[in-house]
Amino acid sequence: MLYNHLKILESEAIYVMREVAAQFERPFLLFSGGKDSIILAHLARKAFYPAAIPFTLLHVDTGHNFPETLAFRDALMEKLGARLVVRYVQDSIDQGRAVEETGPYASRNGLQTVTLLDALAEFKVDAAIGGARRDEEKARAKERFFSHRDEFGQWDPKNQRPELWNLYNGRKKTNENFRVFPISNWTELDVWQYLQMEEIELPSLYFSHERDIINRDGVLLAASDVVYPVAGETVERKVIRFRTIGDMTCTGAVESTASNIHDIVDEVASARVTERGARTDDKRSEAAMEDRKKVGYF
Amino acid sequence: MTDTNQQIELLRFTTAGSVDDGKSTLIGRLLYDSKSIFEDQMEAVERASASRGDAEVDLALLTDGLRAEREQKITIDVAYRYFATPKRKFIIADTPGHIQYTRNMVTGASTAELAIILIDARNGVLTQSKRHGFLATLLRIPHLVVAINKMDLVDYDQAIYDRIVQDYTDFAHKLNVQGVTYIPVSALRGDNVVDKSDKTPWYDGPTLLHHLENVNVGASLNNVDFRYPVQYVIRPNQDFRGYAGQIASGRIAKGEEVVILPSGLSSKVASIVTADGELDAANVGDSVVLTLEDEIDISRGDMIVRRHNLPQKSNRVDAIICWMSEEPMKPRGAYWVQHTTRLVNGFISELNYKIDVDTMHREPADTLKLNEIARVQLTTTQPLYYDRYQLNRTTGSFVLIDPATNNTVAAGMIRSKSRNVDQLREGEVDTAPLRPKSSNVVWEQEGISLAQREERNGHKAAVLWFTGLSGSGKSTIAKKLERRLFTDGVRTMYLDGDNLRHGLNGDLGFSSAARQENIRRAGELAKLSYAHGNVTLACFISPFTADRRFARGLVADGRFLEIFVKCDLDVVKRRDTKGLYAKAIAGEIDNFTGISSPYEEPDNAELVVETDIQSVDEIVEQIINALKERGILPV
Repeated sequence: MLYNHLKILESEAIYVMREVAAQFERPFLLFSGGKDSIILAHLARKAFYPAAIPFTLLHVDTGHNFPETLAFRDALMEKLGARLVVRYVQDSIDQGRAVEETGPYASRNGLQTVTLLDALAEFKVDAAIGGARRDEEKARAKERFFSHRDEFGQWDPKNQRPELWNLYNGRKKTNENFRVFPISNWTELDVWQYLQMEEIELPSLYFSHERDIINRDGVLLAASDVVYPVAGETVERKVIRFRTIGDMTCTGAVESTASNIHDIVDEVASARVTERGARTDDKRSEAAMEDRKKVGYF
Repeated sequence: MTDTNQQIELLRFTTAGSVDDGKSTLIGRLLYDSKSIFEDQMEAVERASASRGDAEVDLALLTDGLRAEREQKITIDVAYRYFATPKRKFIIADTPGHIQYTRNMVTGASTAELAIILIDARNGVLTQSKRHGFLATLLRIPHLVVAINKMDLVDYDQAIYDRIVQDYTDFAHKLNVQGVTYIPVSALRGDNVVDKSDKTPWYDGPTLLHHLENVNVGASLNNVDFRYPVQYVIRPNQDFRGYAGQIASGRIAKGEEVVILPSGLSSKVASIVTADGELDAANVGDSVVLTLEDEIDISRGDMIVRRHNLPQKSNRVDAIICWMSEEPMKPRGAYWVQHTTRLVNGFISELNYKIDVDTMHREPADTLKLNEIARVQLTTTQPLYYDRYQLNRTTGSFVLIDPATNNTVAAGMIRSKSRNVDQLREGEVDTAPLRPKSSNVVWEQEGISLAQREERNGHKAAVLWFTGLSGSGKSTIAKKLERRLFTDGVRTMYLDGDNLRHGLNGDLGFSSAARQENIRRAGELAKLSYAHGNVTLACFISPFTADRRFARGLVADGRFLEIFVKCDLDVVKRRDTKGLYAKAIAGEIDNFTGISSPYEEPDNAELVVETDIQSVDEIVEQIINALKERGILPV
């Protein structure tokens, strides 16, 4: 199989990254440890080769990350020779900037926004590169490559700059910033095919393994200190893998025996549920994503 | 599926149509029937439909993204959708079709290689269907599909379909658009979208998806003219200096000689670097890093090109712009011009006219408002290195940015180097800028030669240039001759003053300079037609010897036949088939040949025919014989 479309998408993403490096003074790349941000790091390396990646990588750590994600993150940074800064949701909570949800359904997913915006302000970041894709969710279908945010980090869906041809307008006032999404046009299948084509290493969580699972309203969550069974729920041992890797409190697994990228590509190609379908955060209301984006969520 | 040798291609297309045409439903149908809709998305739509009390599941909900739209049930911004089949990945720029959203259509069209225009079979060709076609043409989308939707509501009536096809074909003809594909569909019922319908046995064309999967991709790319706008300088250490960029058009190979603009310095490509290893050559669309043999100061915004294929250079360009901001245009106000990777200062020095997108009429204007389209002259503080948008979407496009708000306020497409159309009408302009370069254009080598065409056609190519007074009978003879040639299987093309002045030469008046330009364009067109093997019949009054000599010089010796259609002035005045002589004599028309402008009779015409003496049939016979004698037609 010749992935001609992937070469086009790759070139487009590299072009966008180079525009960021050229048009902004303090660009950061948001790194979550998930496959999309791993691809971003990979593309950034390619875009500036043989020079180093001219972006600082930023990880917002909810404190509820899978341990595998963090180990993988540190190894990758070492390999890329990239500069990484980590900011902790726990710090935001301790400083009273964020209030933790309580109860068994508590998630720190929404709190990330506070920590993220604080970090962007701390480093005076003028462009934050993210791995969001337009196919993920309806509200993202209208997102631009260069997404303008006001000084409060907010997104106004009715006041977006038109984006034509490959001309990206990154001009802004002081204190305003941009979110930039180089892989906007990629779908989940493109991502997996690209990971396969480029033989990119991934955290083991993406591949089939046995794990203790709690089935909560149809979402398979990994049992841990922060996710534990409530009345009527049981912990079961299942053969699963994760299609996305986010916070442990809201990232659902799928039952799967796909243990290598080849199997995953085939599985994704025939999947009948979107990858975000396994995330509890989007199910809260029909316009959940749009609401979170408006206040600065990625 | 992962073990075949098939190549997955990428096609970007745009959809235009209003809410009621069922555009969102069509996209929903494409996604649903091509199995690109996931169960949870479908469930969400079913939930939403049920909560609104809809009887049927509304496929349009799959694509209407933002809450405001869901509430108002209209699409308000360009939304991008994705689906794939084993053959292709598709990116849909889903654009709203309301008049106030011209800006969105232009945005969606800027990256599209195909446009689907939806027409409601019950309503036929409406103004907005024409507007969509006009915008698609303006943005140079190479493929146009007209999907005639809601066929189920007209009982799949072929007559209704045929009439819409005919109406739209007439319109497309005026736009000079060719190769429109028409497909009768019902997005709601799924007819001819993904699967062939059994309700339209009279339709033997492709389904919409089949067409999308098979249409030629890359048609909007320019593979000839190498243009490399430098994006970013890569300098990891003292020993390496590379220029990062994406090849806007053409191709480049290691060792080739290049020129850097604007410095004009030249060097050779030392290496083409990528993270996957060095390349021997790179093509349009590739993001690479070039290193050069010489140390030259190059920075972002410079352009690397080939020595013998340079772009145009000017600080004043003639362009069509679409205004995209709520803030109206500030006449002669300062704007940033973002063109390729350069950002320069500029202003709109002249607003020639705005174009009503519904009627395509030109109207005078002092400023531009949101969604208005106009022809302007753009002046920049530093020269732009550009190609005409028609030839190169990347180097021919720009956006204007308001320095006060930093908003993108306009999108522009460069037509040519600026020239003053009014001057042209007044006859004051010198001819130099009217004869733009052609020497820099490198024609594709792998093209089909004239000899090959002539061999297949079974006859030679020629230009038959009919000159003579208005009403002398040029067109009458040429049309009859063309019919005869057509019947004999000869490939022909027919050009005359009227059909050119309605389109190609619509910007020209009747001053001497404008007439000269009219003939220059006619001559160039005849040349292209000739080069494609046609016996080209060109009917132009062409009163001036110098202009006819120019046309003659464009094709090979012996292939240009000047045919002087001679007729006594008194006779043509009496005939006055178009009533023009009466008006000219009354002084209503200036510069009318034979009355207020001279006709220089040819003294070297290959043939002289006299329409006040000979019959049309005799003349046709005389020309056919002359063509045979010269070996242009087989004996």
